Amino acid sequence: MDLAAFTFDILLPALMQGLIITLQLIACSAPFGLAFGIAIAVGRQYGGGAISWLCKTFVFLIKGTPLLLLLFILYFGFPAIGITFTAFTASVVGFILCNAAYNAEYIRGALISIKDGQMIAAQALGMTRWQAIRHVVLPQALRRAIPGLSNEFIYLIKYSSLAYMITVIELSGAGKLVATKYFLYTESFAAVGIVYLVLVTITTVAVNILEKRVAIPGTTRGTTAAQL
Amino acid sequence: MNNDIVLRVEDIHKSFGDNEVLRGVSFDVRRGETKVFIGPSGTGKSTLLRCINQLTPPDRGRVWLDGEEVTNSGARINYFRQKIGMVFQNFFLFDHLTALKNVELALLKVRGMGKAEAREKALNELRQVGMEDWADHYPAELSGGQAQRVSIARALAMDPDVILFDEPTSALDPELTREVLEVMKKLAGEGMTMLVVTHEMGFACSVANEVLFMENGVVAEQGTPDQLLHDPQYTRMKDFIGRIDSRLGD
Amino acid sequence: MDVLLILIDWFPYLLSGIATTLGLVLSALGLGLLLGLPMALGQVYGSRPVRWVIGIYVWFFRGLPILVLLFLFWFGIFPMLGLGALPAFAVGAVVLGLRGAAYQSQIFRGAVQSIGEGQMIAARSLGMSRLTAIRSVILPQAMRIALPGWSNEYPNILTDSAVCYAIGVAELLTITSRMVTQTHITMPIYLAAAGIFIILNYGGLKVLHGLEKRIAIPGFGSGAV
Repeated sequence: MDLAAFTFDILLPALMQGLIITLQLIACSAPFGLAFGIAIAVGRQYGGGAISWLCKTFVFLIKGTPLLLLLFILYFGFPAIGITFTAFTASVVGFILCNAAYNAEYIRGALISIKDGQMIAAQALGMTRWQAIRHVVLPQALRRAIPGLSNEFIYLIKYSSLAYMITVIELSGAGKLVATKYFLYTESFAAVGIVYLVLVTITTVAVNILEKRVAIPGTTRGTTAAQL
Repeated sequence: MNNDIVLRVEDIHKSFGDNEVLRGVSFDVRRGETKVFIGPSGTGKSTLLRCINQLTPPDRGRVWLDGEEVTNSGARINYFRQKIGMVFQNFFLFDHLTALKNVELALLKVRGMGKAEAREKALNELRQVGMEDWADHYPAELSGGQAQRVSIARALAMDPDVILFDEPTSALDPELTREVLEVMKKLAGEGMTMLVVTHEMGFACSVANEVLFMENGVVAEQGTPDQLLHDPQYTRMKDFIGRIDSRLGD
Repeated sequence: MDVLLILIDWFPYLLSGIATTLGLVLSALGLGLLLGLPMALGQVYGSRPVRWVIGIYVWFFRGLPILVLLFLFWFGIFPMLGLGALPAFAVGAVVLGLRGAAYQSQIFRGAVQSIGEGQMIAARSLGMSRLTAIRSVILPQAMRIALPGWSNEYPNILTDSAVCYAIGVAELLTITSRMVTQTHITMPIYLAAAGIFIILNYGGLKVLHGLEKRIAIPGFGSGAV
């Protein structure tokens, strides 16, 4: 079989199927990773006492543990204590936890950077503390956190490949199966790599555009978006 | 002072894009002489100094040091730069090194001196500028005047034939300015050859052998301090000095 | 109690896993430094083609997942180059190092670019060649400025090193998995492994932050980059 036939009849169709799973993994993880990340950052910053400590500990533990080990714990470990996930669910849960922990750090940094005056002014208008956070502080902080959050989103694209290690046949897994079956390793993994490069590059461009769109005049400091 | 020419600058031209900063500047510098350059900002005084040691290569014109051509000297420029010291408005001390190490560095890396010898020479230069007690302090721990004195010591350490001072006191408060000018006066008195770009007219009048007034990229007027103070023909220079004085009087 | 006994039983094995993990991380950090530093200088001071080639390298190694890079080099590129006999450890360390170089080069590049041009001008005015100025003036400052960012590469490489499990390097996660398979004790062993990773992670960071303090210079580089 020649390389062209292999590429177009076997490799690309397989990769497309894998890509769909990869996109599903990302689509299921990213929104929750962001929401959970915001919650943790706010909890850490404004929760006080036990809540603040819990949020801090969560970030500490997740950031200290390799994502792959976290996936193993979820997929192989949890059944031992009676909780069974499918491989896909375990992956999504792992990605959400990991993504949220890193996002929370960026958001917290942004929260800290918003001047006290904003909170005071909002409360002077009669807003509750929670309303002030929700309507005044967070909208500003999230814009500032966009470069960091974008980075984490790009990391999520790349680290979604680890789902293959707990049997989810996503993009990398699809490439691995074809490579092993046809003994065409370099070709297959190079093709997989190109698909990731395209994904990551498109995302970077999109994020740059997004960042310009949501910028508020006079509040952004010439930061460039996601590093590739 | 003798009459031997140590530095010859001939017809220097320099443009940045459409902006013609230097339009043919020539002069000779005798050994032991102090020449002071004054004039409105943006008239190419600092660029002129940088053209002399080729930090900014001129578009046209030539520079000679002790009869050897500095322009177009290729890799030998690093030799000439040792012989042409430079002191900057913002000091440019090496931020990661103590005062002593700032002075030592080029002795070790450029002159290839041994450690003990370099240290002794560096300490000696610091003593010259009254900074030996601060030898182990980092630039961030020094006042502007102290930093500038260290940077003078750094230039002195290379035993230069001439030192270029690029607005050495413009970044300093009046008291700090005084301590730097005093060091420069002392150097002039000891026979160091110096080219100084400055707005300090008091210094110019008391130390300079010649004052060059630059305007629009050329030397518009030049003469001794005595001439420019008393000779009625130096109108533009007088005008300019009058403007500086009235500004200082505010 | 059983679990504890088993853990003690496996302890030497576990230790070898930790040693392998640390070996991966240290060689990758070292290789990354060795390649990343010249790459950063090339990107700042190099000619256009040099900058272009380094840019492509960085784009490639930062755009691919570590898993795909490991597969590509372990199954594809190294065997193709006749290096199929390289042990998995070496391949893992090299791939982590090549990838680390891409990330580290950007940290060093930012540091070099943050140094005021006056430093170079002053160095050249004393008669230093460009190379001497870079080596004696620019690099010592850049390294200090870059150190905090560089330290943060350590936890990244540490957690990534676990992915070397995929090519069979006997690092901590691989050892852990073998223990789980053979003892049928899952959660306690996994959690123990997580604990070890966490200790390595924050312990290592503590050492690096200590180093930052040791080489700190008054008024210089504090909080930069």
